[in-house]
Amino acid sequence: MILAEAIEVTRRYGDVTALDRVSLRVTEGELVGLLGPNGAGKTTLASLLTGVRRPDSGTVTLCGGDPRDPRTRRTLGVTPQETGLPATLRVGEVVDFVGAHYPDPVPRAELLDQFGLTDLVRRQTGGLSGGQKRRLAIALAFVGRPRVVVLDEPTTGLDVQARRGLWDAIKAYHAGGGTVLLSSHYLEEIEALADRVVVLGHGRVLADDTVTAVRGMVGVRRVSFAHDGEPPALPGVVATELREGRTHLLTPDSDQLVRALVASGVDFRDLEVAPTSLEEAFLAITQSETLATAA
Amino acid sequence: MTLALVHARFQLLETIRIPIALIGSAFFPAASMLFFVVPFAGDDPVAATFATAAMVTFSIMVSGLFTYGVGVADDRAQPWDGYVRTLAAGAGPRFAGRILAGMAMSLVSLIPVIAIGALFTQATVSAGGFLLGLGAVFVGALPFTLMGLAIGYALPLKAALVVCQVIFFPLAFGGGLMSSPDQAPGFIAAIAPYLPTRGAVELLWAAVGDYAIQPLSLVMLAVWTAVAGAIAVWAYRRDEGRRFR
Repeated sequence: MILAEAIEVTRRYGDVTALDRVSLRVTEGELVGLLGPNGAGKTTLASLLTGVRRPDSGTVTLCGGDPRDPRTRRTLGVTPQETGLPATLRVGEVVDFVGAHYPDPVPRAELLDQFGLTDLVRRQTGGLSGGQKRRLAIALAFVGRPRVVVLDEPTTGLDVQARRGLWDAIKAYHAGGGTVLLSSHYLEEIEALADRVVVLGHGRVLADDTVTAVRGMVGVRRVSFAHDGEPPALPGVVATELREGRTHLLTPDSDQLVRALVASGVDFRDLEVAPTSLEEAFLAITQSETLATAA
Repeated sequence: MTLALVHARFQLLETIRIPIALIGSAFFPAASMLFFVVPFAGDDPVAATFATAAMVTFSIMVSGLFTYGVGVADDRAQPWDGYVRTLAAGAGPRFAGRILAGMAMSLVSLIPVIAIGALFTQATVSAGGFLLGLGAVFVGALPFTLMGLAIGYALPLKAALVVCQVIFFPLAFGGGLMSSPDQAPGFIAAIAPYLPTRGAVELLWAAVGDYAIQPLSLVMLAVWTAVAGAIAVWAYRRDEGRRFR
């Protein structure tokens, strides 16, 4: 059963095309990661699937219905941004307010206990610490026993401990048969949770594959060194750049590249191997037509 | 219906936790009572009653425009609003909840005006007239509520604030709220029937005193209500939270 689907969806803001004929299908029980740098269109896609915005063209469905229809959204769980909680309301009041929208909400005490918020039930949300706010925000996604949960960059700005806590909650929900669409710009986060990754860049789907396959594409490292003469021809290079007297090579397998570099007998100096940002990796993907073979 | 109450309760809780917000909508009409009505019309029972009714109308207009116009625009700028849009509640419960909460707040903000009218002027009203007046307040509040919703959903916060401030003044004076029923300057008497404030205050005057309503004012009140309602629904439907270009 398909729980969330976008077919040929396009969405523009003025002159900017945020999504360009994007198609995505999430079936029941899947945990799909949506990976992309800032501005790739992740938030826009999430807002279409949760009924906040509507597409300019194409169709979006949620559990077989239109996400703009409130009844469809009874099956949906979403996390508010941590900074978006109503500051003057108490924790218990916020949980009750959200729970009232669902036919069979998790009892307040049970939910608060599950997320370690029991002692905070009388506190105003504005007085919570960042980690506590985030725990409450995540709890709200699960209060309605949703069939599908859409989490848009849920761990941005979280410390390591809070991030682990969130991951545990997502894993537990998924283990119980829940369906999750999770966007992130951390490959690490997607690797920890998802089975399948959809890579978004410049509003288009660049890849839709297993975590391992995508790791090979975006887990790119930069190998750079100075040397005299022509740049050497080396295997597994996604992109080559000559800058400030140094050669920069982007590659999914830096170990192999360094071995080949040493074996080639090139007289290199100041060798550096560094991880690239996701932005750089995407630049490499979008610029390189030979990626499929290189990766 | 339950969801409307849930949303109303949420709105009221948010307002009550910052009580100074209440004083804002009650202050101006109460101050106008003290500075204009009490010294100038306080000794004449008929004039004082009409003037108090005009201040009540002024109060519901101000709270309608600002509570909904500025309140909705402000809420839309908050990330929480984007989240609430993902919950299973459509325009119905959200509008209804907001209006219920807003009505409750308006009634509270009317208390000082009515108290000043009762204690410091000769204004009088029968029990039946008071109940009729309460009904007139609800009908009269409608166009301003809907105008506020239309402004709040159509405009960003800063624009909504300016529009509310710009229109409340001509609505109040142009509708004749600052003059007694038959002593308005000529040009105000000419334009007043076309403004919603006039229809609202005439309903209230007729409820609490001896006043014959002009049909034109009532027709225009209905027109303003219908147009504002249509714009409010249109603005809500096209709204997608914050918009950036």
